[in-house]
Amino acid sequence: MKAPAFAYAKPASLAEALELLGRAGATILAGGQSLIPSLNLRLSSPELLVDITGIYGLGGISIQNQIMRIGALTTHAQIEKSQDVRTHLPLLSQAAPHIAHPAIRNRGTLGGSLALADPAAEYPACAVALNAVLVVEGKKGQRRVEAEKFFKGLFETDLKPDEILVAADFPIAEQDDRSVFLELTRRHGDYAIIGLAAHNSRLVFFGAGPKPILVNGISLKGSIQQAKETLKKELNPLADLYHSSATKLHLAGVLLERAWNTLSTSR
Amino acid sequence: MEHALDITLTVNGTQVSRRVQPRQHLVDFLRDELGLTGSHTGCEHGVCGACTVRVDGEIVRGCLMLAVQANGCRVETVEGLSDSGELASLQRSFHERNALQCGFCTPGMLMAAQDLVRQKKKLTRDEIRTHISGNYCRCTGYQAIVDAIEEVVNGQS
Repeated sequence: MKAPAFAYAKPASLAEALELLGRAGATILAGGQSLIPSLNLRLSSPELLVDITGIYGLGGISIQNQIMRIGALTTHAQIEKSQDVRTHLPLLSQAAPHIAHPAIRNRGTLGGSLALADPAAEYPACAVALNAVLVVEGKKGQRRVEAEKFFKGLFETDLKPDEILVAADFPIAEQDDRSVFLELTRRHGDYAIIGLAAHNSRLVFFGAGPKPILVNGISLKGSIQQAKETLKKELNPLADLYHSSATKLHLAGVLLERAWNTLSTSR
Repeated sequence: MEHALDITLTVNGTQVSRRVQPRQHLVDFLRDELGLTGSHTGCEHGVCGACTVRVDGEIVRGCLMLAVQANGCRVETVEGLSDSGELASLQRSFHERNALQCGFCTPGMLMAAQDLVRQKKKLTRDEIRTHISGNYCRCTGYQAIVDAIEEVVNGQS
């Protein structure tokens, strides 16, 4: 279908964008790879799209004091191709190629994915696994939110309607850190049936519930059998149209097993 | 609240200016305003890939980009790459191997495949399939399409 009618504005500064966001029915447009499908399917009908891609300083990847800052407008393709990300945040590097298809990765953005908080999306799970801090800008200034607290529920985040996610800060991986990203789909690029973003002992499952699920209590020093027993107690995946909760739990165990050697072997 | 906006962009090397409604997709703009009907509208929500075009050198979904977002951009369509000869090898290979039946997906398939050709790397069939996973063909079963792309991608010196 075609999108419903709306107005469009492309502010050149963050201040102007925040001003526009205060208007009734205003929504942020970044890469548009989730928003525009939802408009085309008439699942949403905003009155004003505020295109933030003209704002200077919302893109780019930089490292300072062991923190890698990735600007909200950085595309999946840029993350996928970045040598810095490959070296310092291998989890994100592994995750990016799983997102949709090349033509979509050329436009979709990190900030858009985090702010939308789709329960089957890759980046929210990675952000939780990596202990990222999300940087949010509003009229009253900037605030920083830990990823674990940012994701609140199904497509629900800590972001207020008049705030913009401007960047995410990731502590860069140490030499001995282990990252594994795995995802099961029926076809490459589809939404995950279930996925695992693991950074050392931080095991985060996605496609498993309304938001990324951090599974506690698994010791990498124990056996895989013990780990799978713990997983059964800790994870209770939500069924979707095609997969029961039991199927997803089984598949979560399969992913854990595939990740186990990498995660549990010390260098 | 909806206002038409003036945009100027380069399409297949020619600068064009038009007044567009914000809700108009890039692919509809190309088809309806400029008569470039090679890019097809299929699913209109980013799944089928029939609308694949190049914007500033990168392939994108023409149905997931608004025409207003292409203001100031350099857009290339299957017509442009066909005329310039850039797609000639793929077109020949698709033809020889019968890599199409109804042809609806073919322009998008060529645009996505050319993205691989430009990378100038030898690729496995799996890698080719992964790359075109965002382009649906409902006729061929993909085998001949992968054959055609493989021949061009791996036949380059």
